[in-house]
Amino acid sequence: MRFIRKTSYEQDINLVKHGGHLLWYGLLLALVFSGPLWLDRFLLGEFSLVFIYAIAGLGLMLLVGYTGLVSLGHAAFLAIGAYTHAYLLNLGVPLPGAMLSAALFSALIGGLVGIPALRMTGIYLAVATLAFAVIVEQVLVHWESVTGGFRGMAVPRPQLLGIQLGQPVSFYYLCLGILLVCMLLVMNILRSPTGRSMTAVRDSETSAESMGVHLARTKTLAFALSAAFTGLAGALFAHRLTYLAPDAFTLITSIQLLLMVVVGGLGSLHGVIYGAIFIGLLPQGIALLRDTVPPAISQIPGLEPAVFGLILILFLIYEPLGIYGRWRKIRLFFEEFPLYRKSTYKRQKSFLRTERLH
Amino acid sequence: MSLLRAEEISVHFGGVKAVQQVSFAVEEGEVFSIVGPNGAGKTTIFNLISRIYDVSGGRVWFNGRDITTVPTHKIAQLGIARTFQNTELFEQETVLNNMLIGCHTHRRTNLFSELLFLPGVRKQELQFRRRVEDVIDLLDLQSYREQVIANLPYGVRKMVEIARALCLAPKLLLLDEPSSGLNPEETEDLVFWLEDINQELGITVIMVEHDMNLVSQASDRVMAVADGQLITIGAPQAVQAHPEVLRAYLGD
Repeated sequence: MRFIRKTSYEQDINLVKHGGHLLWYGLLLALVFSGPLWLDRFLLGEFSLVFIYAIAGLGLMLLVGYTGLVSLGHAAFLAIGAYTHAYLLNLGVPLPGAMLSAALFSALIGGLVGIPALRMTGIYLAVATLAFAVIVEQVLVHWESVTGGFRGMAVPRPQLLGIQLGQPVSFYYLCLGILLVCMLLVMNILRSPTGRSMTAVRDSETSAESMGVHLARTKTLAFALSAAFTGLAGALFAHRLTYLAPDAFTLITSIQLLLMVVVGGLGSLHGVIYGAIFIGLLPQGIALLRDTVPPAISQIPGLEPAVFGLILILFLIYEPLGIYGRWRKIRLFFEEFPLYRKSTYKRQKSFLRTERLH
Repeated sequence: MSLLRAEEISVHFGGVKAVQQVSFAVEEGEVFSIVGPNGAGKTTIFNLISRIYDVSGGRVWFNGRDITTVPTHKIAQLGIARTFQNTELFEQETVLNNMLIGCHTHRRTNLFSELLFLPGVRKQELQFRRRVEDVIDLLDLQSYREQVIANLPYGVRKMVEIARALCLAPKLLLLDEPSSGLNPEETEDLVFWLEDINQELGITVIMVEHDMNLVSQASDRVMAVADGQLITIGAPQAVQAHPEVLRAYLGD
């Protein structure tokens, strides 16, 4: 077990809390940066997808895990980001400009969606965002002059200053770099007043308001930021797909994104990464499984969504804190061995809460 | 001029008249208690002052300003902090983070500087932390600093809630039943802390309280309410002996 001697307030503010962090995260960084040395082209592509999911997951985690607002419509922001990016690239806008515009435009739409969401929470909000996603899907189909409708739209290859970024290796680094920048931004938000006001809204709206937190502004901001990250992920996703069509951004995509943050572990950034690895690589896992199980099972149509659903249900019942929560328990078990108490993570039911005033 | 003045405030929810034309004034620097049987409207008066409810009639003045229609989140900026009857803390956060939220009204940075964590944000965080540590020292919360609220016993949560309110550096502190759920020893400590808060920090305190012992030890003046109506305002002993107050508590 590690005990940290604190001698300055800076230690609580800095992102790297102690030497162990530096070592392990340094090793992890070295591992992912050396990825192209030990991964083949196919796996490089799969890991690029994991990075893209992780960027979208960061956005969704801010909204669901830190502000406590559920969204079942995040595929819409992914789509808005992807289409804006592709449209601008087709007009000849350079890559960074198109990407930034995709993020900003998503943020704008996200902020607008956030306004009616101010009065809704829980299941009502989930339904409202779902409706929004359906609307966006229809717009993609019918606004043919911009989106190409069902015919879809080709995405130009990514290039910057004449350097091609569409190759597996360069695209891997592009996604990784953007993911790292996004993570840094999110970590910065979470350690400053904005992030704290979000968690305050999540845990108690009444008391957040009494502490001077502007509820409407905080929620709208959470939606806008969330949409911006997801939109940025959408821009990269467009390159991954190379050809955009409305059927890439359906309800299933939204559910997958939500599944990612729930399975990963709500309220933690580690959870985003675990969740992204999980949903990014699960289809490959299922494909591998198909080869080993009898054809009677592997030929069942809709096997993949069924497995997704089953896993989600199992997590909700047995490990609501997700993969990250499970990992923390395992770590604590070894740290405190042989004194680990199983009840450490059991919570007493919280009675005695002031009834909601809104 | 009084720090807080309520002029004939009323609120009704449908047919229920929770508070009826109650007027009172709280002077700067005093400890003012509100007592009354359950359902008398004490907490409702708090919710009217902190703007969680809208008044149906009457006006509330704070520091010479009419706050009857000020938005809820602005109340904290004006210098009114409050605690809740059954604690409303941010349960998944540490004591430290709960208290840092208390500093929210002193925020001077904007989203973009925070995204990049510019030096100004770091400086502000250090300032906030110093303010939080001062309050931790005052209320002896050192050993709980890094604990998550959900793991803390109820008595400590009550203190953390007061600590969070103090981080606002308020002019007026509203305490809703600060001693409920505390054991006798903790309640005694509370009397001392109330004195510290009132005299050392110069904060005016209004509290709703059932513990008459605490009320008479700590408060300068007491207001008794029953069935949403004001019975009397006066010194603790005088109010306790008032025949109407006795009738409200004990019946005829």
